[in-house]
Order: sequence, then structure tokens, then C-alpha cells
Amino acid sequence: MKAIIQYIKEIIAGLKSLWAGLRITSGYFVSPKEIVTQKYPENRHQLKMSDRYKGEIIMVHDTDNHHRCTACGICQTNCPNGTLEVISRKELNAEGKEVRVLDQHIYRLGMCTFCGLCVKTCPSNALAFGHDFENAVFNKAKLTKILNKPGSSLKKEVK
Amino acid sequence: MISTIYDFSGLTGFVDTALRAAMSPGWAQFMELVIIGLAFLIFYALLGLFMVYAERKVCAFIQNRLGPNRVGPVGIFQTIADLIKLLMKELIPIKNADNLLFNIAPYIVIIASFMAIAAIPFAKGLHAIDFNIGVFYVMAVSSLGVVGILLAGWSSNSKYSLIGAMRSGAQIISYELSVGLSLLTIVVFSRTMQLSGIIESQANGWWIFKGHIAALIAFVIFLIASTAETNRGPFDLAEAESELTAGFHTEYSGIKFAFFFLAEYMNMFIVASIAATVFLGGWMPLHFGTGNVFNHIMDYIPPVVWFFGKTFTVIYIMMLFKWTFPRLRIDQLLILEWKYLLPVNLVNIVLVAFLTLMGWHF
Repeated sequence: MKAIIQYIKEIIAGLKSLWAGLRITSGYFVSPKEIVTQKYPENRHQLKMSDRYKGEIIMVHDTDNHHRCTACGICQTNCPNGTLEVISRKELNAEGKEVRVLDQHIYRLGMCTFCGLCVKTCPSNALAFGHDFENAVFNKAKLTKILNKPGSSLKKEVK
Repeated sequence: MISTIYDFSGLTGFVDTALRAAMSPGWAQFMELVIIGLAFLIFYALLGLFMVYAERKVCAFIQNRLGPNRVGPVGIFQTIADLIKLLMKELIPIKNADNLLFNIAPYIVIIASFMAIAAIPFAKGLHAIDFNIGVFYVMAVSSLGVVGILLAGWSSNSKYSLIGAMRSGAQIISYELSVGLSLLTIVVFSRTMQLSGIIESQANGWWIFKGHIAALIAFVIFLIASTAETNRGPFDLAEAESELTAGFHTEYSGIKFAFFFLAEYMNMFIVASIAATVFLGGWMPLHFGTGNVFNHIMDYIPPVVWFFGKTFTVIYIMMLFKWTFPRLRIDQLLILEWKYLLPVNLVNIVLVAFLTLMGWHF
């Protein structure tokens, strides 16, 4: 007798747990507001990437066309697949001393794995992740970019 | 009576007499077969396309997704595009496969579902054959499909296919019992095996309401067992993707794969329509008692609408099963059948026999 009661209890417990599962899924079925799918090409203009999105590498420029890159080359040495190339030149500063300034910061998007080591190791926070992700081009030469804008110079307070 | 408006036996009788007047009886018979075959072929194609679309939409909504939404408005042409893709795909010959069996296996599967659908009454007078042993016939032919699955697994020369097919065999042999016994409860109630007779017996209320708790238990068992019989999740061990690639149809491609796919969905439709016919009154409108106003209003809704409404409700429940429950292991599958469903079912049959003897149902 005890065994039979146990048996029926098992069946009822099993049906209860199945019912709990069914209630959740049918609850989702009747709640269209919870749908998480985004219709991508249509919502291109409303699309907002999250703050920590790892997109292509950009160099931060302020409104006066100043960047923070000292051309130290740490990003270049840290890059595991040779994506970055920092070309510097010597210039005389106001005190007549020879200093190293950035000439070209070359970024090869086609080789980048977006590991983020360059951004992480940059001592003066010159690099950042952009939020642009539509990177497809028809000519692979377009994947090689120069990150510093033409005519830009080093920000004063960055040493 | 309003229900005579929606009686299709006049139409079918007219076609029959017209054909018999135009040609010899043998040819008339042949023409009727061709017409029915064509009708079912078109029905299969349309329903298959619709059900694949419905499944994808249902599973998407359950998982908080949108599902197909690119081809046509809300993606309604997605399955048509998929069908065209499948039709154009290459049929890959398998090395060391048993070619004869490999090629006829998809046809056996689909023929089994074709034979089963012949006995389904869609409306009054709208069924291909009205056997006096309809329930028995449907049960017998719907389990023929497993022969095709076993052949497909055996002839593919692939271990995944073979394991999938063997699992499917064990599963269908077990669950056939539960399906049969749960249908028997209603056969005992309605005292006939003829599907049209079972529907007529529900003119004053569906068996799921009239049959007290016993019919409800039988209905739940039938739902579980028939889900297992159609090889659908959570009982899809035969094609367990994570273990067996695609199970018995791993080696099939193109239209032969499409046949297996179509047969799976049509089997689901067939078991759902059997559930609707036997437990939920088939094309019979919702009636309570006899001769009241409510029954009369319900009679105005065409029986085809009732039939497909009920069938798709059952199909929706089966889809909900698939997208809710995780797949069972083979031992859990057999324990569920032999230790739970079958004993409960046997006790239920005794209960039903007792109820019928005492006349305690309506």
C-alpha cells in the first residue's frame, strides 16, 4: 500500500514539474513584448552599441585636433599579430630639445583580432574602441587606416 | 438541422455518380483514387509548408525570438524558399550503402503517413475511407513508418544512422502500447471502432468532458505517447542532434531528406487529428447535452473549422512539449513507458470498463 501511495505521489510530482515548465514557456509565448530580436538593417539608426563594445581601434582626438599619443610604441610591441605600426619623427620643441612625436599611427583592421591589448597597455590612454562595426569593404587596401588625423598634434599635458 | 448544410457526402456522392455515368465502374473507381491521391498530395505539400513555418514561429516566440521574418511579410514565404533549396540540392550517393533499401526508405515512411491520413474524417462525409475498424487501422498503419526508419538506419552504412534507427525501433514498439490502450478507453466508451461512429457518439458532448477523469487521463497519456511515436522532442532520441548528428537521416540529402522531414510533420498532424477526433469530437461542434440554443449557435461554425481548430490546438501543445522539455535518455524513456504510462493505462481501462458497465457517463 505504501509503495502504491509513493508511486502516485511520484506521478503527481512529475506532472507538477512538467506543468511548471510548460507555464514558463507558454508565458513567453504570449508575451510578445519580451522579444529580444533586433531587426538589424531597419534599426541601423537607432542602434546603440554598449559602452564596452570592442569594435575597431580609434585614436581619441579632442575638439582642437589634439591626440594623446606620445609615439612610445608600447601598443606596437604588445600587438600579437603586428596590426599596429607606430612611425615617429624627431622634432625640436620650444626649448630647442629634440623630442619624438607621432608621424603616422598605422592600423591594419584586416589583421586585428580585437583582443584589446593595445588599448589596455597604452600608458596615456590614447587608443580606444570605436563603436563602428560595419567594416566590410570591397578593396582590402581600405582596411589599412591611419589613426591620427592629419594636422593633429600631441596634447600639452600628456608627457 | 443546420449541420446538413455542411454535409460533404452530397458533394462526394455527386462526383461519384457523375464519374460512374461517364465511364465504366472500373475506370470511375480509378479516377476517384487519382482525385483523392492528388487532393492528399496537394494537402500534404501545403500543410507541410505551413506546419514547418508554424513550428519555427512557435519555437521562436517561446524563446523570445522573432523567427523567420525576412522572406515575405512576417516570413510566410520562408518555407517555400527552403523547399526550393531542398529540391535543387544534390542527392549524394553513399559509399557501400544498400542502395535499394536506402532509396525506398523515405517512400515507406511517407506512404505510412499517407495510409493513415486516409482514415481521418475532416468533416461529415469528407473522408477517404470510413472503416468499421478505423481506430485499429490508423494505429496499425501509423506504426509502419518505423520500418522505413529502420531501413534508413540500416542501409546508410553509418553508425549514427544505425544507432538512431535502433533507438527509434525500441521507442515505437514501447509507446505503441500506450497509444493503443489510451484509444481503447474511448472505444469502450463509444462502443465502436469506426471513426465516424466515434464522432457521432460525441454529438452531446466531447468524450474528454463526458468521460470523467478516465478520459482525461487517457488524453494525457495519448498526448505523451503519440509525441513519442512521432519521434518528436522530448522523445527525439532517434535523431538526437547532439549525440547522433541527425540520427537515422544523417546520410540523406535533398528531396529524400525532405520526405523524412515532411513525414515527421504529417505524422504529427495525423496523431493530433486522431486526438482531436477521438477525445475532442473531431469535426463535431462544441455541444452540451441535446437541443439547446448554445448547441444551435455552435452548429453554424463549419465542421472543417472545428476540425482544424482542434487539431492545431493539439499540434501547438505538442510543439510546446518539444520546446519546453529536455530530451530523455533511453533508459528514462523506457522507464516512463513501462513503469508509469502502461500500468496507469491498464488501471484506467479497468476504470473505464467499470464506468461503462454502470452507465456512469453521459
